[in-house]
Amino acid sequence: MLNWKTKEKIIKNILLFFAFSSILFLTGIIIVLFKEGAPIFSKVGILEFLFTSDWYPTYDPPGYGIFNLLSGSIVVTIGAMVIAVPFGVASAIHIAYILPKKFKNIVKPTIEMLAGVPSVIYGLFGMKILGPFLREVFGLPTGLTALNAMIMLGIMALPTIVSLAEDAITAVPQNFRDASLALGANRLETMFRVILPTASSGIVTAVILGMGRAIGETMTVLMVAGGASLFPSNILKPVRPMTATIAAEMGEAPVGSEHYQALFGIAIILFLITLIFNIFADFAQQRFKKKVSGE
Amino acid sequence: MSEIKMEVKNLDFYYDDFQALKNINIPLESNKVTALIGPSGCGKSTFLRTLNRMNDLIEGSRVEGEVLFDNENIYKENVDVVELRKRVGMVFQQPNPFPKSIFDNVAYGPRIHGLKDKDKLEEIVIESLKGAALYEEVKDRLDDSALGLSGGQQQRLCIARALAVKPEVLLMDEPASALDPVATAKIEDLIDELKNNYTIVIVTHSMQQAARVSDNTGFFLMGDLVEFDQTDKIFENPSDQRTEDYITGRFG
Repeated sequence: MLNWKTKEKIIKNILLFFAFSSILFLTGIIIVLFKEGAPIFSKVGILEFLFTSDWYPTYDPPGYGIFNLLSGSIVVTIGAMVIAVPFGVASAIHIAYILPKKFKNIVKPTIEMLAGVPSVIYGLFGMKILGPFLREVFGLPTGLTALNAMIMLGIMALPTIVSLAEDAITAVPQNFRDASLALGANRLETMFRVILPTASSGIVTAVILGMGRAIGETMTVLMVAGGASLFPSNILKPVRPMTATIAAEMGEAPVGSEHYQALFGIAIILFLITLIFNIFADFAQQRFKKKVSGE
Repeated sequence: MSEIKMEVKNLDFYYDDFQALKNINIPLESNKVTALIGPSGCGKSTFLRTLNRMNDLIEGSRVEGEVLFDNENIYKENVDVVELRKRVGMVFQQPNPFPKSIFDNVAYGPRIHGLKDKDKLEEIVIESLKGAALYEEVKDRLDDSALGLSGGQQQRLCIARALAVKPEVLLMDEPASALDPVATAKIEDLIDELKNNYTIVIVTHSMQQAARVSDNTGFFLMGDLVEFDQTDKIFENPSDQRTEDYITGRFG
């Protein structure tokens, strides 16, 4: 029979293992990514890989320049943010400050539910409803374009932005609001001069995490972005973001081939971008916490 | 009795169905300090917040009766609440400077009310900081964050911020309860100074503080104003048994 001290020790270690397992998974993913993808950088050269735009992995001689794919991802993400940030922040303000409590408890969960809709459903919507609509309106050969992807990703990033921005605004101490109102400021002045400036770094976190959601999204862009590896000079033309490229081509790339390595190379770039987003988001979050706790 | 600045008549206050204030009648004299004492939850803070209509923000709250301010009922229809709050300033229990610079904190009110001229703003900020006995301590770091100040300094900054909109009445909700004795003494000296120019109403849980700083005192108990009189009278010879029990520490 084990005594309680030994039992406690065993339980502690089991919990420790679970706690560390996610770090273990992350490390594993990084190792695999770099092991499979890094060779392409030495073969093609990292600058060539990033900044040339011939993506012909199956030609002879092949081209492994991802510039069009990279800029496709970036342009679509920026477009999504242009749509999602004004909508998201405005709804967050409304939910946090104007909506009576009883409605807030309905509206916020509803918006958050948007995050739970499978991305293939967004893809279907973009493909079969928004696509034909854009084609009609702009007189295009196809509605599957960068614009379509921007709109869909914008909608998909909304719940993240609304939910986190609303949390940030609500986290601004009531104190500040009272102080401002007691000085004779109206609600609008209080919102724009005290509450939003205080919540700003929290809102920045919300936007960065929304961007992370948009740039990493795969299924929807695969379905609605059109898939042509063109430079995104016109948002009414198809693009081929990095995620869609990996998803579409990995099945046909022989394991260990240059093409296979190049797709892993793209994954490394994507991973680094989202890593940077997360670091920035974390940094902004720290700043926000400091601000509202008054240190 | 000197001139009456604000006069509260038959005031009732409700949070939904709960009546928090019952038929309150208090005259607030000009350039005097009126202290409101009573145990926690007796309604003294709620009462204070009816004087600048800060309770308007609470969903489901309701006011009946009158608060006359220079003979105008502030609960009359069409009263400009922004204008009212300019004239009736407030200092809160927890020092609550904005996460902005010392200068911007004090300049906040005047800016909101449309003052843009830099020299004029600076003049008001300095004057207000001097009025709150803080200027000498912060004059070299007006652009530093207000959050770097000590608790007592932050509270005096909040007083300066309130003074900057040039109010006539200053409401203080336990302004020293979060401060140490030294900072408290400074605030009390300041209150004594301020009453030359302002009508002051202070809520306090400290009876000694009420005795030290106020001219008149009201004693609240469970939403009733049990007794209101000159501070000396309340502390030396109260008319109501409950007041006597409270100030001699038999409860509360």
